[in-house]
Amino acid sequence: MHRILDRNFLILLTMKIFQHNLKTLALLLLVFVPITTYASSSGEGQVDTKEKVDGYILHHIQDSHDFHLFSYTNDAGERKHIGFPLPVILWSSEGLVSFMSSEFHHNDDGNVLVESNGLKFAKIHGKIFELNSGEEKVAFDDEKHATNAHKVLDFSITKSVFGILFVGLLMLFWFSRLAKQYKKQQIPTGFSRILEPLVIYVRDEIARPNIGEKHYRRFTGYLLTVFFFIWILNLIGLTPFGFNVTGQIAVTTCLAIFTLIIYTFSGNKHYWKHMLWMDGIPVFVKPVLAIIEFAGAFLIKPFSLLIRLYANITAGHIVVMSLIAIMFVLKNEIGVVGATGLSLVLSILITLIEVLVAFLQAYIFTMLSALFIGMAVEEHEHH
Amino acid sequence: MQDLLNDFSPGLFIIQTLLLLVLILLMVKFAWKPILSSLNEREEGIKDALDAADKAKRDMENLQADNERMKQEARLERDAMLKEAQAMKKKIIAEASEEAEKKAEEIITKAQTAIQNEKKVAINELRLQVAKYSIEIAEKVLEHELSDKKKQMKLVDTLVEDVKLN
Repeated sequence: MHRILDRNFLILLTMKIFQHNLKTLALLLLVFVPITTYASSSGEGQVDTKEKVDGYILHHIQDSHDFHLFSYTNDAGERKHIGFPLPVILWSSEGLVSFMSSEFHHNDDGNVLVESNGLKFAKIHGKIFELNSGEEKVAFDDEKHATNAHKVLDFSITKSVFGILFVGLLMLFWFSRLAKQYKKQQIPTGFSRILEPLVIYVRDEIARPNIGEKHYRRFTGYLLTVFFFIWILNLIGLTPFGFNVTGQIAVTTCLAIFTLIIYTFSGNKHYWKHMLWMDGIPVFVKPVLAIIEFAGAFLIKPFSLLIRLYANITAGHIVVMSLIAIMFVLKNEIGVVGATGLSLVLSILITLIEVLVAFLQAYIFTMLSALFIGMAVEEHEHH
Repeated sequence: MQDLLNDFSPGLFIIQTLLLLVLILLMVKFAWKPILSSLNEREEGIKDALDAADKAKRDMENLQADNERMKQEARLERDAMLKEAQAMKKKIIAEASEEAEKKAEEIITKAQTAIQNEKKVAINELRLQVAKYSIEIAEKVLEHELSDKKKQMKLVDTLVEDVKLN
């Protein structure tokens, strides 16, 4: 009975918050029910000390296998977590294994084992380990690394994957609606009217000047997708739902590799000649420069893309959460009112800056991608 | 670096790669292609419309210039015609008056000749009449005078005297 009440309450609450996106959200909720409550087994209490805040923030910026919304302590002193489980899909030594993440009971230190397909799995600091055959309990060494278990390839629908799917569907919904509107009218109406100038902005301010009038059309689709993908995910990361998709290094790596592949495969003859055997310099310098240029194209450029986005977004999340944590951490030093006030003012200010950063990082990633592509397809007149 | 590598989830990377690939393909097919081509079409349309408006404006200006030119020509033509008409009028009037003068002179000359002739005839007639009357008077005077002899002799004397004198 308690569970049903909780579930209804949560659905209502979420619907209230997202009334304007009701259709999409209701659809997603249907897919990802049941929302459940978990009793914490590890005895984590409220997050109110410096150490716990540190742990909480580090935990937050990681990907997660549950969709956790909030926690509270009930009358019996038991810690309750509200959220919904997501499917865990693993490529184990016995092939594909899948179960719901609720089977870990919100445990994150390897104490709860899930048996599936005759294998035992434990979740340690957000990573899922498969126990070696015959083992009954995870053993740790001095540095808290598991000694008798190994990592498995994790294809779970984690919180980040959930976020990616959500944003993907949102983009498809918004922009296909904009595309459809043009069939009936010249000027879009409603929300599409906001989207149109953004599309024109990316085309005219990012794609066209960096790639050049002749080639930009081919790459505009990719640049637009990446721009809106990063921007919306950055913005969603600022909501209390706690997504941190663009702060996942795997995601930024993937984005950077896409750009790398695109500019490598569209590079013209001049681009390769310039990279591998540059004109106008002494012959003995040419190989040295070729190595530097090669490293620049294949390592430095993508690495700068992926680290910049990852570090900016992760740092933003850490700063916002740290400023919110002032409320608890400095409670004893400057009083409840002072700590809360300071925390509110600072976190509101930094959140405003983060809204700007969300756009800026999407812009920089797209702009640099366009620039790199532009360098690869640039045409030179023969002198 | 160790933490970074530890944070890197290969599973998430693979999923993200697949999802991003699918997303790019779907977005290009269902959103970007139609949106960009519609935007292009619209921009071309606007450009064409602006060009057409510009052309219409230029045509209008040309037309106005033409009109102005035609008006000017018409005005000049009118002036020329007026001038010609004026000249013609003067000429006609001059010719007519000349003709009239000539005719009048002719008439006057004719009239004078006629008058002269009439005058001559009249004078001749008058002379004849006067001669007749003179003869009649002379007859009557002679008749009366010759009735007295004395008087006749006196007259012969006078006449002879006159001849002598001559």
